[in-house]
Amino acid sequence: MFLLLFLLIPILAAIALLFIKKEQSVNLIAIASGLLTLLGALHIILNKTGNYDASWLPILNSRFLLQADGLAKILILLTAISFPAIFIATSNNQTNQKNVFLSLMLLTQAGLMGVFLAGDALLFYFFWELALIPVYFLCSIWGGEKRITVTFKFFIYTFLGSLFMLIGIILLYSNTADHSFLIDSLKHANVSPAQSATAFALFFIAFAIKMPIFPFHTWQPDAYEQSPTAVTMVLSAVMVKMGLYGIIRWLMPLFPTAFLAHANLVIVLSVIGILYASFIAIRQDDMKRLIAYSSIAHIGLMNAALFTHNQVGVQGAFIQLFSHGINVLGLWIIADIIEHQTGTRSMKALGGLAKKQPTLAILLVGFAFANIALPLTNAFVGEFLMFNSLFQFNPWIAAAAGVSVVLAAIYTLNMVQKVAYGEVSEATNLMTTPNKNAQGVLIVLLLIVFVTGVYPQPLFDVTADTLKQLFVK
Amino acid sequence: MKVIIGLIVLWPLVGFLFNGLGRNIWSKKVIAYKATGYIVASFIFSVLAFLNVQSSGPATVHYFDFINTAGFKIPFDLKVDALSSLFLLVITGVGSLIHLYSTAYMKEEEAPHYARYFAYLNLFVFSMLLLVLGDNYVIMFIGWEGVGLCSYLLIGYWFTNATYNYAAKKAFIMNRIGDLGFLLAIFWLIVKLGTVSYGTVLTAESLAKLSTSDITAITLLLFVGAMGKSAQIPLYTWLPDAMAGPTPVSALIHAATMVTAGIYMITRSNILFSASEFTQHVVAIVGISTALLSATIAIKQNDIKKVLAYSTVSQLGYMFLGLGVGAYSGAVFHVITHAFFKALLFLGAGSVIHAMHHEQDIRKMGGLKSKLPITHITFLIGCIAIAGVPPFSGFFSKDEILAAAFAKSPIYWALGVIGAAMTAFYMFRLYATTFLGQFRGTHDQEHHLHESPFAMTLPLILLAVASAIAGAIGVPELMGGHHWLSHQLAPIVGEAKEAGLSASTEWALMGVSVTIAVVALLIALSIYRKKADGEPQTALGKFLYNKWYIDELYETIILNPLNKFAGFLKEVVEKNIIDGAVNGTGKLVQYSARQIRLLQSGQVGYYILFMVLSMVLLFIFWFNDMTILKFYYKLTH
Repeated sequence: MFLLLFLLIPILAAIALLFIKKEQSVNLIAIASGLLTLLGALHIILNKTGNYDASWLPILNSRFLLQADGLAKILILLTAISFPAIFIATSNNQTNQKNVFLSLMLLTQAGLMGVFLAGDALLFYFFWELALIPVYFLCSIWGGEKRITVTFKFFIYTFLGSLFMLIGIILLYSNTADHSFLIDSLKHANVSPAQSATAFALFFIAFAIKMPIFPFHTWQPDAYEQSPTAVTMVLSAVMVKMGLYGIIRWLMPLFPTAFLAHANLVIVLSVIGILYASFIAIRQDDMKRLIAYSSIAHIGLMNAALFTHNQVGVQGAFIQLFSHGINVLGLWIIADIIEHQTGTRSMKALGGLAKKQPTLAILLVGFAFANIALPLTNAFVGEFLMFNSLFQFNPWIAAAAGVSVVLAAIYTLNMVQKVAYGEVSEATNLMTTPNKNAQGVLIVLLLIVFVTGVYPQPLFDVTADTLKQLFVK
Repeated sequence: MKVIIGLIVLWPLVGFLFNGLGRNIWSKKVIAYKATGYIVASFIFSVLAFLNVQSSGPATVHYFDFINTAGFKIPFDLKVDALSSLFLLVITGVGSLIHLYSTAYMKEEEAPHYARYFAYLNLFVFSMLLLVLGDNYVIMFIGWEGVGLCSYLLIGYWFTNATYNYAAKKAFIMNRIGDLGFLLAIFWLIVKLGTVSYGTVLTAESLAKLSTSDITAITLLLFVGAMGKSAQIPLYTWLPDAMAGPTPVSALIHAATMVTAGIYMITRSNILFSASEFTQHVVAIVGISTALLSATIAIKQNDIKKVLAYSTVSQLGYMFLGLGVGAYSGAVFHVITHAFFKALLFLGAGSVIHAMHHEQDIRKMGGLKSKLPITHITFLIGCIAIAGVPPFSGFFSKDEILAAAFAKSPIYWALGVIGAAMTAFYMFRLYATTFLGQFRGTHDQEHHLHESPFAMTLPLILLAVASAIAGAIGVPELMGGHHWLSHQLAPIVGEAKEAGLSASTEWALMGVSVTIAVVALLIALSIYRKKADGEPQTALGKFLYNKWYIDELYETIILNPLNKFAGFLKEVVEKNIIDGAVNGTGKLVQYSARQIRLLQSGQVGYYILFMVLSMVLLFIFWFNDMTILKFYYKLTH
């Protein structure tokens, strides 16, 4: 029953917001709803929780089954941290019809929670789309100049992927003995190896587009750039995790044979993507696009680590799902503050932040080094374990992927240098008052970076059950 | 012991947090006292730890598990033994003096920046201590990248200066290249042995589990890490640029401690390195080549700090030569003596720069001998020590390496002696140009020349004493000593192998190298006593003055092509090919949609036809078990 709250709280708040206009109360409701969800997330991290199971679409024998294992729990925690953080950090931003904006954001949150909680494939698909639709409206109404074409492409691209997944789900479902969408039934669906391989491919395309991995990624930098930054934060901190989560939750248990058979292909593709995105990041001048490509590289590594099917590497990917969300959220919040106060994202026009707003510059340096996985930041643990698994898979591939460690230092420090150091530029000179709300959020996030970087064991412990389940012989 | 070792590491961390978080709160006085005080506290505990190792042997303490999952474990263990306790003393001892010196040297900075400086410096000491105290390679790696971070932050300390920022970035990136090698070595160890703890890895049993090629690969990869951190060919070019940082930083990080991390790492792993003849040769050859290359460059530099920087690269090269020929304790010996005299020289240079109002060009100095008496005499002691004149410390450590090199191959020895001669030459060129002759600066500068305050001269004096007498810890038996250091290190690097040289050969080698060095320094003195170097005239002079054009070479053959490649990916591949394909598909769909629309003629017959066709297709695909997909399946299996 408790799990239902993760859907109800944001949905109820979303509805309430539609009837309220006063900006202050709008912000307050969104933040309160977010914090309430966060409390709930902390509760399920610390305590055992039962499933929530109700009948839903009985004609198809689909169940409204919500369940949370360790992996779901940390992604719920990530979602629950991200939304209030975004709400607080952007509370000073001027937005037309802010109540509708936040209402759609909360609907997205409900969709995301549903994705992480769903134990029934049809329900999973339902939430998968539910999370996408509000984002479509958010981008196409509040986005940048090129929002219409970009959002259209983003929507069609990911929607197409989802359709493939739906076909995959139906293919398995129609071959189950008890006509059920539950994961255990699907696992034992009576399909031939060829059908299984097909279904694998159908699922994989959906996830690959969502993550995205090379070469399915071109919607992403455009979408990140054109979306309002609050939405970019959701997309990049949480939404891309849906793809990786899908791989762990559905692909790995449902198609063990096809999964291993495609490991080579997928890992090579991922590693090409890692290097490709890293190289392109070096040449970006737009802060948002730089972070977008950097994110593609990081996601590629997680995907590769999953496909090594190495227990330690998969564990690394688990905690990196969480850590990457925190880090990229920090970077986006900083980029958002800078864009709002200077009116530009072009790094050429920036510079001298360390002189103008020292605290923000320090925070930027902190997140920058988390982005390049410096030891004792959260990202190091995950990346270390993931590279280790890649090395066990194939030393040469690991060495090639390892080049991204150097490239990441290049593009991230480029950004730090151009934004934070040097003399105060004309644009930076406009940054007269620090955004205290956002800085407060950043400080909390940076604390998470260091605490989980120095002592990651709780993250391992929480996700241990998922790992055990996946690798049970 | 758990508490003592913990506190050694924690004091500097507390200092970092104290000054880092309170940068807008504390007065400069509080900042200075606290920052220096924490390092001194760490030094005191290091002495305790050292004494404990002397009395009751090495100790390993467990704090918590850094990583513990799915049967894979990296414990957060720290260890003090003869090797790490020596490094502890050097790091915290020299570190304390340099903190003290900094309190005066950085006086002009405003309080928040003053605090920032000391926060970075404290964080550096923390990372460096972690590096040497870690009981496994991952903890070492944490410190390893941590010192890189601090080096980056301190090189770019004056962050409004773009050149300094580039230097900082370059240092971090070149170090990262090395770090990648280190990481891969760690993974290799994990694959083969399942652990990275020294207690398991560095044993004969583990060695037996590794094939020769494993050992060669692991040691070469570790050495790549050392190349980055300790500035060896080809990853050395960041170190001279790192001189952009404040001078005490150059003394502590880029001379005395951080850059010797590579030597520490290899000495720690000596069992592995000794097991690979090939790697040893590589280490020795890279070491001696770096020593010679940078010595030639140092001869023609006119920036006081640049000369010292190339000299550091060169001396590190000697240490690697020592490691390569198996003289591990000799290399550590040289680390220790070098820490003293190079820190001394850098701090002396800082004192000169301080007096000269930020002038670093030695051609504009001269005659400082009488104006800066303490700086002068201590700097001279440093020069004598590095030149290898007995009985100063550099003589003993360098001689030990050279003797071991001779035993391996007389060529190594001969090259080493040539390098030693160049060292003596460029150091005394530096000394004579700076301190002797007539003052060549502006009238204004001359008017303001002054000896530095006590907080700066005291470290100079103490380091000068250490540089003069530190050789005592390693007086060879040949001279009636009993080489305390090599006995100390014996449990870690094994008993020093007899070089197999007769006493007379050893005396002869020593005589030759000392004579050549003394001749070289006398030549330098006679040339530069009166006048400074002009602009380089000869082709060779220009070549050395421009540092063999190595930076330009890297730019042409590595940086520019990579940058172009990245641009090609961004502008051509991404835009036209990949996104082009996506958009093309979109357009194709739109086009077909327009065509298909024509089919929607409203005639029911067509609709039925398409329905049937689709059903048939579906039937073929679905119920006939997907012939096409079977084919695909075969392809992938």
